Amino acid sequence: MKNAILILLGLYAGGAWAGHDEFTPSAAAAKDPAHAAWREECGSCHVAYPPQLLPAASWRQLMANLERHFGTDASLDPARRQVLLDHALRHAGRQRVDPAAPLSISKSPWFVHEHDELGAAVWRRPAVKSPANCQACHSRAEQGDFGERGIRVPR
Amino acid sequence: MRIPIVALALLCLAPPLAHADLLAGYAAQARAEDPAFKAFSAERGRQFFQARQGREAGVESCTSCHTPDPRAEGRHARTGKSILPLAPVANAERLSDPAKVEKWFKRNCNDVLARACNAREKGDFIAYLQSVR
Repeated sequence: MKNAILILLGLYAGGAWAGHDEFTPSAAAAKDPAHAAWREECGSCHVAYPPQLLPAASWRQLMANLERHFGTDASLDPARRQVLLDHALRHAGRQRVDPAAPLSISKSPWFVHEHDELGAAVWRRPAVKSPANCQACHSRAEQGDFGERGIRVPR
Repeated sequence: MRIPIVALALLCLAPPLAHADLLAGYAAQARAEDPAFKAFSAERGRQFFQARQGREAGVESCTSCHTPDPRAEGRHARTGKSILPLAPVANAERLSDPAKVEKWFKRNCNDVLARACNAREKGDFIAYLQSVR
């Protein structure tokens, strides 16, 4: 029994759960012809969050209401919006979201779990400002890399 | 040989032509909206850019995200993302794509003013950005 626990601990520490604990960007999404449009349109105001960070139902709802996008008008012409919606649906994730905030990546249970060691004050630091500001701590977020090695939490 | 020279000349002319077309388009719209419209004013555009609208905390003004200096890099008031300078003198890509200009006027006028900007406001603002050295 003790051995089994040690093995489990070893697997955990060794990153056997990496698929869960460490986000790996989807190579398929990055190779998609619509990737450039995704980066340009979504990346003007915030990091172009990889499409696999929300499930299909969330992307449908989000793209249907870009005029009121987290308190900001992010409207697009219909053709461009369709390109982005199709891209999101091709690469959407399957994770659970917060039923009260199905469009918020940062309220999804996995996100909350991944960041639970951070105090509320960290989010309020001027250099961080908001959980939407991935690149404040994830230095390679713009490249879709959220790996542990790229993390530098600003003081 | 003649064709490449013509192409080269066109390429050199391209950015100022795009700006002029943009303003000509807004001028036609401004005349349609207001028969008394005479010309755009860079000074009115500057005042428009600096004005505090006070509608919503954090995005009271264009300068909330773009800083009071259009040659400077801005920062998105909500997300903290850096924003490239607005003035073409500091960022040659600005005002080069009319569809992009319209996209951002629609979004940002809605966010700061809670309404669409009219053609005179748009033209004044573009005239201001072009005047910045």
